[in-house]
Amino acid sequence: MPTFVYMTRCDGCGECVDICPSDIMHIDKKLRRAYNIEPNMCWECYSCVKACPHQAIDVRGYADFAPLGHSVRVIRDEEKGTIAWRIKFRNGKKDMELLAPITTKPWGSATPKLADEPPPSKEMRDSELLFNEPKYIRMDEGGLHTLKSNGLEIKEGVQY
Amino acid sequence: MLTSNPFAALSEVISPAMMQGYIVLMVLLVMGGTILDMMHKKSAQYFFENAKKAKKSAKRSVGAGEKASIAASVLVNEVLTSGEFSNPRRRLSHLLTMYGFIIFAVTTAIMIFGYPTPATPTPALLPQLWHIGALMLAVGGYWFWLFIRVDVSAEGLPWFRFERADLFILSLLATSTFALIWSFTGGGLTIFFALFILASTLLFGGVYWSKFAHMFFKPAAAHQKKITMADGSRENLPPDYDLTDPEVQRKFPDIPMYMGKNPPNMGLCIKAERPNHY
Repeated sequence: MPTFVYMTRCDGCGECVDICPSDIMHIDKKLRRAYNIEPNMCWECYSCVKACPHQAIDVRGYADFAPLGHSVRVIRDEEKGTIAWRIKFRNGKKDMELLAPITTKPWGSATPKLADEPPPSKEMRDSELLFNEPKYIRMDEGGLHTLKSNGLEIKEGVQY
Repeated sequence: MLTSNPFAALSEVISPAMMQGYIVLMVLLVMGGTILDMMHKKSAQYFFENAKKAKKSAKRSVGAGEKASIAASVLVNEVLTSGEFSNPRRRLSHLLTMYGFIIFAVTTAIMIFGYPTPATPTPALLPQLWHIGALMLAVGGYWFWLFIRVDVSAEGLPWFRFERADLFILSLLATSTFALIWSFTGGGLTIFFALFILASTLLFGGVYWSKFAHMFFKPAAAHQKKITMADGSRENLPPDYDLTDPEVQRKFPDIPMYMGKNPPNMGLCIKAERPNHY
């Protein structure tokens, strides 16, 4: 179900307009508040829902994780580096919370400094390998990482 | 010029009673427009229904003392310092416009009612404040209109494109601009005075179509929002977790596993830049 904006919470800051990958979040020309101009083109990617500083945008979640009439709300806290979700069923009895990291290092501190890298040689340009392969996929440390190489094993059934 | 009361000089042409009558009329227009606006948009009805709904999912009741402290914090954070704006530029522009308007409107009323003619000399401070207020209003307003307004900053529309929704800001800008030009060109019954009065009549008379009424319902909405945070209903939002709390770490083991027991402040990501990548 596409995004919708609570007009009373929106202050027309433009964060959703900026982030929407489909370019369908825009500012209403009369009310100066954000709205979804083309709901049937919405992927429900939740980018605007997470980016909104006033939690003014909502999306109804899919019926496969919560029956209709529920509420799915989110707070993306950049400074803490976490995202918190709350899914409340329409009867109010099932009230679930989730907290997950969205970064483990301060923002921007792990961006590769490509400008400092030496330019690729002719041999590297002609190779099938991409930038910094195999180093970045860590094949040079003894092959691809697998469940087995990491001492893990797959369990039967659906895992949550 | 900055220390003389332009309305006292004007009293030779327009009687003080007429000027006072105009002020009273403007106050009545604001009150009437606000009531009509509330009835038309049903904002008060929505507000009370929403408050009732939030109360149902409350986890605890908020006492009278706590309500009073919330009201005080709304007054300090939202009303007096425009803390609701997360964008510092918008906040500063709003503060300039708001205090500029208050100073301008209050000094206008004091000068017209208290010192209507040259026979009652006006303290120099009042006209000075009147000019400063109008200037603050113009600086904050033009900054907003030309650069900060979301149509310009996020939608990439040209600054000169306007709609009926811009009635408030444009009439506000016209009022302060023509008031200043009128005063700087010597006052009296001139074309600038006519434009000043036209703009201010439009500003106060257009309350029904403009967003002037926001000064009444915005604090109420901010208060209600804080009440929902205090009573635990939080508009169904997740709690504000303390990542160093062992209970939170036990409930969400991903946090200590990937971020450590005492995660640092990660700084700003998309919020570090202004939303103008159109």
